[in-house]
Amino acid sequence: MTEAEIKAVVLRVLGAIAPEADLAALDPRISLRDQLDVDSVDFLNFIIGLHKELGVDIPDADVPKLATISGCVAYLASRVNKQR
Amino acid sequence: MPSLGADMEAGTLVEWRVKPGDSVKRGDIVALVETEKGVIEVEIFEEGIVETLLVKPGAKLPVGTPLATIRDEAQIAQPAAVIAEKPAEATGKASAPPAPPVERAPVSPAPSKRPHISPLARRRAEELGVDIAAVEGTGGNGSITIADIDRAASKAVQPKSPATAAERQAGLRKAIAAAMARSKREIPHYYLGAEIDLSRALAWLAAENLKRPVTNRLLYSALLIRAVALAIHDVPEMNGFWIDGAFKPGQGVHVGVAVSLRQGGLVAPALHDADKKSLDELMRDMLDLVNRARAGGLRSSEMSDPTITVTNLGEQGVETVFGVIYPPQVALVGFGRIAERPWASQGTISARPVISASLAADHRVSDGHRGGRFLAAIDRLLQEPEKL
Repeated sequence: MTEAEIKAVVLRVLGAIAPEADLAALDPRISLRDQLDVDSVDFLNFIIGLHKELGVDIPDADVPKLATISGCVAYLASRVNKQR
Repeated sequence: MPSLGADMEAGTLVEWRVKPGDSVKRGDIVALVETEKGVIEVEIFEEGIVETLLVKPGAKLPVGTPLATIRDEAQIAQPAAVIAEKPAEATGKASAPPAPPVERAPVSPAPSKRPHISPLARRRAEELGVDIAAVEGTGGNGSITIADIDRAASKAVQPKSPATAAERQAGLRKAIAAAMARSKREIPHYYLGAEIDLSRALAWLAAENLKRPVTNRLLYSALLIRAVALAIHDVPEMNGFWIDGAFKPGQGVHVGVAVSLRQGGLVAPALHDADKKSLDELMRDMLDLVNRARAGGLRSSEMSDPTITVTNLGEQGVETVFGVIYPPQVALVGFGRIAERPWASQGTISARPVISASLAADHRVSDGHRGGRFLAAIDRLLQEPEKL
């Protein structure tokens, strides 16, 4: 999977959780929780959604790496492409 | 029309999920009702066979209006259970005596009054929930045709223009205002606060989550809710309702979980039997409840059953919550943010994650002494997270 494809998945999962958010306006390097009105339940749903969409396991210790969109893409790319 | 919370005066029937002739049992979803808090799935509390749907989708009705009649196995027509009182609290009202056998029971009605209708049209009427008696026939001899039924059904649906987001928002604001004004007017609140060391609970949680797959992770809020639910066993007077000048203990510990909605406003639906569930069950049900609160799809019992409310505003950076009790409940536990603080224990000072827990309770039911014991019990339970 390319990084662009992974980013599209990340934004899609995010869009389902925060439908009111303007995803195009998000700064990929700033923490999602600082930019969106999301709480821990939303964030857990986000991680579960990524896991389901991409089929990768996301150990709890790695969750901090998913704080930003850039972080998500880099981390998930390494996981997805390692698996295949 | 069931009362789905102290602040609800009326609701709009959106859709029937049953039709005449269907068997229903306790807990079945029979209808969708729109309230200020969104579209709620209405459960039935009786067992029997749906006889007549008295109300058509689109109708806005005051709480207490009968929506349907159901017949029990003994073929006796009863004004439906769907009238639904607040099951947990309205102990007096909830057991309204069944109506005596009524003519409505399937004894053959007087032939002269029977409308002329083909079996096909009758089936259509049943499917669409149309009351045949109210339909004017345009067929030969004034008989009712399928077209008549369809026309009646579409007329019935017409008044229902779905509320716009802004209207719903205004309605929700009004409902919250009514409940909170009543709370401030009637409930003599007292407030207590306690700082709770969460180092053990969070260390246990982190170790636990490392072992768990994504879909099984625990959030610390589940630990807090579980601790509150168990602490009620020590101080049961925090759990229940103030009704008609007296305290009515809750039947079960149904923790209302305050959930902020994306479009603004909040709901606090019940996490049923939170004291009896394992932490895993509680976590799973909490996630489901929060998701349904935000996406729509709460059930009527979840709206009417909470016996105490828990609100966690820590994620917004709040230090301490000064809660307003949701009437007719008698207590609310609030949690602020988890902050690292210097903590003195056994002669040494160390940095610990600390949370501020607060209790708003009803002085008509309990006093600060008991409230203090309640907070102390929550603290004690959180020091042994593996037992939660």
